Amino acid sequence: MSDLTHLTISEARAKLRGKEISAAEITEAYLAAIDRANPVLNAYVAVTADKARDMAKASDAKLAKGEGGALEGIPLGIKDLFATEGIHTQACSHVLDGFEPRYESTVTTNLWADGAVMLGKLNMDEFAMGSSNETSYYGPVINPWRRSRVDTVVMPTTHQGDGGFVSAGGTKTQRTLDNAQLVPGGSSGGSASSVAAFLCAGATATDTGGSIRQPAALTGTVGIKPTYGRCSRWGIVAFASSLDQAGPIARDVRDAAILLRSMASVDPKDTTSVDRPVPDYEAAIGKPIKGMKVGIPKEYRVDGMPEDIEALWQQGIAWLKDAGAEIVDISLPHTKYALPAYYIVAPAEASSNLARYDGVRYGLRVPGKDIIDMYEKTRAAGFGREVKRRIMIGTYVLSAGYYDAYYLQAQKVRTLIKRDFENVFAAGVDVILTPATPSAAFGIADEDMASDPVKMYLNDIFTVTVNMAGLPGISVPAGLDGKGLPLGLQLIGRPFDEETLFQTAHVIEQAAGRFQPEKWW
Amino acid sequence: MSVDLQTVKRVARLARIAVSEEDAERMTGELNAILGFVEQLNEVDVSGVEPMTSVTPMEMKKRQDAVTDGNKAADIVANAPATEENFFLVPKVVE
Repeated sequence: MSDLTHLTISEARAKLRGKEISAAEITEAYLAAIDRANPVLNAYVAVTADKARDMAKASDAKLAKGEGGALEGIPLGIKDLFATEGIHTQACSHVLDGFEPRYESTVTTNLWADGAVMLGKLNMDEFAMGSSNETSYYGPVINPWRRSRVDTVVMPTTHQGDGGFVSAGGTKTQRTLDNAQLVPGGSSGGSASSVAAFLCAGATATDTGGSIRQPAALTGTVGIKPTYGRCSRWGIVAFASSLDQAGPIARDVRDAAILLRSMASVDPKDTTSVDRPVPDYEAAIGKPIKGMKVGIPKEYRVDGMPEDIEALWQQGIAWLKDAGAEIVDISLPHTKYALPAYYIVAPAEASSNLARYDGVRYGLRVPGKDIIDMYEKTRAAGFGREVKRRIMIGTYVLSAGYYDAYYLQAQKVRTLIKRDFENVFAAGVDVILTPATPSAAFGIADEDMASDPVKMYLNDIFTVTVNMAGLPGISVPAGLDGKGLPLGLQLIGRPFDEETLFQTAHVIEQAAGRFQPEKWW
Repeated sequence: MSVDLQTVKRVARLARIAVSEEDAERMTGELNAILGFVEQLNEVDVSGVEPMTSVTPMEMKKRQDAVTDGNKAADIVANAPATEENFFLVPKVVE
């Protein structure tokens, strides 16, 4: 019954409620799929099979009584950044070795209260710092998508007579999968890879600069970063507190809407959680977008952008126009400064947040000759290269004499970035359409990116502005490039207007169709 | 602005991360690449612009000044590398 893993959440929900399938069956199907695929894809860092079976059993009892919650019996993967009581929670870092919290994050608490089943913890870039899932202490995650080559094959020829007359037998095209392994994007690479490879029905993820939307785009999945304050950050390992937001990665737009409704809440334990009721996002799907004003920002047309991505963007514009939307050219003049401002604000906050990993309260401890030596050795051994790099940048820009020049300047630029969006929305634009990423999935251990950290950072060039302004953004698959790899479009909305994003993303999904990788794993 | 080897070592000390000579040299190059990239922020005219303090305009939530949690000493030390009777153990800090 492995095809149970191919059901979307909405399909599985109907079959579970109709008692056509049981939560135990669908959970076993996913556990079997994980067993087979995980040695290759490395998407899970911990599989909680026993817990999954117990939760599925409890779900089946509820479903039998007709008492199932919104996600009753739906098996999910959880990013390793979310605290899960008594279960591996390490942000995929060595410094949190053995950490099993005594509490549960608000987002996962909400999911379990709605009946979801936990399959395990998903791989990610260490402390969510990365765009390729290669900084994880647990090794890289592999993208289930591979490039393919389309060859024109000449049919066998026949020789006739002594004159050596040759007749060509015609041609046909043949698609061959390349063996090169690609990254799934990051930091939520395990979430994206496991959803795309049918190793969970949906996954939790987090997004500080693009960590939900970029991996979703690179794996042909749907990912939404809601407005800052929509999902509680309580119990999520902190990276950059003014930018971090949780959201789902799912196989289609409807599933993303279903998951976000359960994840989002008003939480007194997070002072930045916003006091607004959570709407029924699914109800927005299928509503016409006739008359909607869609902004196309000219600053997102960057030098060296592949033709495939420009073509995809034009295609997206055409689809929305066909659906009755009004397309307007807009300008977000401070766009190019978002990424440099981010690389001051995010490391500054990270350097403060990561000060807590000191070898005293949890995780790794490396002995030293005195307490300072112990701190320094523990942090040297516990953090990976990228994390150290960001702590160092953050410490430097916050240090005496540099604070005004870097941090204060960046926070002022951030005000201007947010103002750009406010002006456009005030002018009547309902939603903004952009590419999600500047390229399709790239190779594991890409030399260019390994040699220059800034090259890796440029992956987030289209997504990071949204975090800087606290806005909601969704990445929806819109097509394949010339090599057969998925590409995504991004929609950016007004604060707390996730409904418009689901509504519009669904129009793109209907036009583009859905994409799934050819199975090789 | 760029950093030299001495600055990198000083920052590493502030961040409590032990670095070898080789680490420090590599980090100097990496940090300068990043600082070079963020340099472009200086072209932005920010006169009269307030620095952002909160991305969503909202008043800080306050709770009642009452005890709502506690008596969890065993939970709090449960993940610590070294403890004794619900205390964290650290290397000697006072002679």
